[in-house]
Amino acid sequence: MATDPLVTSVIPRLRIRIPKRLRNLELGLLVIAFIITTSSFVLVQLGALGRIDLTLAFLVVGLGVLIVGTHVALRFTAPNADPFLLPIATVINGLGIAEIYRIDIADGLIGWDAASVRQIVWTGIAVVCALVVIVSVQNHRAYQRYTYLFGLLAIVLVLLPMLPGIGRDVNGARVWIGIGPLSFQPGELAKIALAIFFAGYLVQRREALSSVGRKVLGMRLPRGRDLGPIILVWAMAMAVIVFQHDLGTGLLYFGLFLVMLYLATGRFSWIVIGIVLFGGGAFAASRVLDYVQGRFQNWLNPFDQSTYDAVGGSYQIVQGLFGLAHGGLLGTGLGQGDPTITPLPASDFIITSLGEELGLIGLFAILCLYMVFVARGLRIGFASEDDFGKLLAAGLSFAVAWQVFIVVGGVTRVVPETGLTAPFLAAGGSSLVANWIIVAMLLRLSDTVRNQPRAVAP
Amino acid sequence: MNRELRRVSWLVLAMFVALFTAASIIQVGQADALYTDSRNTRAVGDQYDVQRGPILVGGRPVVQSVASKDGYKYQREYADGPLYASVTGYYAINGAATGIESALNQELAGTSNADFLSRLNDTLTGAHPQGNSVELTIDAKVQKAAYDALGGLQGAVVVEEVKTGRILALVSKPDYDPNVLAAHDTNAYLAAYHKLASAAGDPLVNKAITDLNPPGSTFKPVVSSAAIGSGAYSKSSPLPNVSSLKLPGSNTVIHNDNRTTCAGSAATVSIELAQAFSCNLPFAELGAKLGSAAVKQQAELFGFNHEFDIPMPVSKSLYPGYSDAAQLMMSAFGQIDDRATALQMAMNMATIANGGVVMNPTVVDSILAPDLTVRQAFQASQFGRAVSAATAKTETEMLVKGVEEGTGTNARISGVSVAGKTGTAQNGVDKPFTLWFTGFAPADNPQYAVSVVVENGGGMNQSGTGNAVAAPVARKVLEAVLGK
Repeated sequence: MATDPLVTSVIPRLRIRIPKRLRNLELGLLVIAFIITTSSFVLVQLGALGRIDLTLAFLVVGLGVLIVGTHVALRFTAPNADPFLLPIATVINGLGIAEIYRIDIADGLIGWDAASVRQIVWTGIAVVCALVVIVSVQNHRAYQRYTYLFGLLAIVLVLLPMLPGIGRDVNGARVWIGIGPLSFQPGELAKIALAIFFAGYLVQRREALSSVGRKVLGMRLPRGRDLGPIILVWAMAMAVIVFQHDLGTGLLYFGLFLVMLYLATGRFSWIVIGIVLFGGGAFAASRVLDYVQGRFQNWLNPFDQSTYDAVGGSYQIVQGLFGLAHGGLLGTGLGQGDPTITPLPASDFIITSLGEELGLIGLFAILCLYMVFVARGLRIGFASEDDFGKLLAAGLSFAVAWQVFIVVGGVTRVVPETGLTAPFLAAGGSSLVANWIIVAMLLRLSDTVRNQPRAVAP
Repeated sequence: MNRELRRVSWLVLAMFVALFTAASIIQVGQADALYTDSRNTRAVGDQYDVQRGPILVGGRPVVQSVASKDGYKYQREYADGPLYASVTGYYAINGAATGIESALNQELAGTSNADFLSRLNDTLTGAHPQGNSVELTIDAKVQKAAYDALGGLQGAVVVEEVKTGRILALVSKPDYDPNVLAAHDTNAYLAAYHKLASAAGDPLVNKAITDLNPPGSTFKPVVSSAAIGSGAYSKSSPLPNVSSLKLPGSNTVIHNDNRTTCAGSAATVSIELAQAFSCNLPFAELGAKLGSAAVKQQAELFGFNHEFDIPMPVSKSLYPGYSDAAQLMMSAFGQIDDRATALQMAMNMATIANGGVVMNPTVVDSILAPDLTVRQAFQASQFGRAVSAATAKTETEMLVKGVEEGTGTNARISGVSVAGKTGTAQNGVDKPFTLWFTGFAPADNPQYAVSVVVENGGGMNQSGTGNAVAAPVARKVLEAVLGK
């Protein structure tokens, strides 16, 4: 057949921008993430309401627009960024909102009272924060310049809730600040500041910290005078545990520091020293502090009737386990379980809520999403050419993995339950903002890594 | 630094593996134990999330779950509760259940293995799961006739279709209303339960399939079947006819019920007459001659010492076998440690009526999926052959004689030949008798077997007889089932 001469002549020589392969993959994955999120909303409504309700639709669509906006921004400012991070954060965040919404339905909460509405708004704020970070910080080395400033910022953020006037006690832990109706957990942001500080500091001092002292039990111990930093961070973690009553955050900070210290120095002895220090501290705390002792008791003997009945006892964790068992392999179906029997089903125990309604299969899927997210982050660390970028990427990724481990391990009795929030999933604005900023930083790092000229091996 | 990073990656992997393992242990390995923990309130709520399937009689629901507004989605309702309670049982808030509600719980709740795919489908589509329906073999008209005929007596009536083993009526008295036990208020349920559990006559104990009574003279056809089936005896074989008998190795003297010789004063009496007039002494002698092993073997062929599921579990009827000669003699007329359910005695009659083949009894006709397709349909099945067709024919003749001329005259129906055997069993020196009538009709074309047991002497302590109390009940039931 002859080609139509008109067509060829009419089309001008458009400058068609050929989209980057990675961004197209990201867009495809985002579409899947949107489909999964939308389906879970529909299932929640069918399961819990028995009908489709469009009240939240415009909010959710607005969120989708923001995410697509981020994707478009990446096309222009970081075209080589990792294509998996944004879709994974989106789908975990979306599933979390769906489950929180489901719990709001059960509790009859609507409007600003509904945690799901607040979670959607917070997600919007978090994504905007991520956008700002991506656009404004074009190279991660900018962070390195302000290493000590971030260190100071971390300490300020950790101490903020202790200030009278703005600090708030919630469920016995003093980790919140509140101004009017708004409340925020600055400790979540502190973990990012700490990761930057640790990375910058350790890159500077790795030579000294790697120097070895005496050899004890076949292990090369560091020199005594190099023990300063680890003692300092240990003291900070202990302060969080003792004064803020937040075992999980203390464990999070200290674990993050230990792993980054090991990455920087390659000295296994640091890990051993750290574990001894923290273990000793935790043991002492369990002797002195009732709440730590209770957490251990709830972990070891949750089914004991007196533990179960105690104030702050194992009722919550046992009900979480009942929820998981109720879900079994396949789950009850979204909107059809009884997650609200467990206290805090939308925040600390959202994992058991989802495990109940989506079953072991659903929980595995969520854990796999986290695992891929972390693996992509570690991969950025592997590929990074500069030590600071390497440490930062690895540190941020490990922080997410470590937090998932402490949270999910806490509700499944791998470790004592400590009250941290599941990244992207659990209700809570501070956690969302912090974790979306981590996404932004990892995206930026991955783009830099791919743009680096590489030495070709001979 | 990559070497360290690789090690940290392995650590991260190990952390996730720990989480996968812990979740699997909880959600699969320990799931059942956690689910049944008494503190797990999810399990209680769960039962009422599924619309439990109805139980049908003749296509009409006699038990169904209807929408409830008290926080649970459904309320179990028992229409004609007391009439069908002996079959349906009840389903309580704490998961306790009896009858079909218990025996077919998984099918009614839709949680049996066969329901796996439809539950998966419900999970994916968000549909509310529904249980399966159970259609009973019970015939509403016969059940009602049996229920009315037994009236206020404590005991049971069982009607069985002889060729299939289908149970058309199964009544236990005193009755109870399952609706009071289906209350969602735990305290109301417990109060109702404790009241029934301590009520006179134990209404919660099923007199048709759970309670065991000495079968008394209704056991005699088993012994005579063993004799005739052995080939060494016919129905006219003579047995010694005395007025009293001192049991070997003891000082106990036993008599016939009439305290004299059997059917006249001849020195011998035929097996046929001894059975028709229900004489104990000739049967004691016959049992002794046959021996414990032969009687036991025959009893077991009828279904004694075997646990049937209909699908509710039926108590094992007992003929333990006796090494002691005196006990063996008394066991030949259904005393000592002989025990039987009303259902077993109906099965004995159905077997003889069915030419000697024991059919497995059942109350379930079919199980229907929520879309009303048949998931499982009843198939008649044989338990085995108890006696030859010839022996069954001879037994039938003897049983007809018993009703026409012997001790079962109150079961006679004009225009229909009825075969049957009465029993007036002793429970101990001062204890009320257990009164029986077991039989089938029409004798010339057997269709239905019936068993009536009246406990606690029918309120007459030791003065009632099977013919006076149980036989009229059986007659009314047979009339109803035959449409007379």
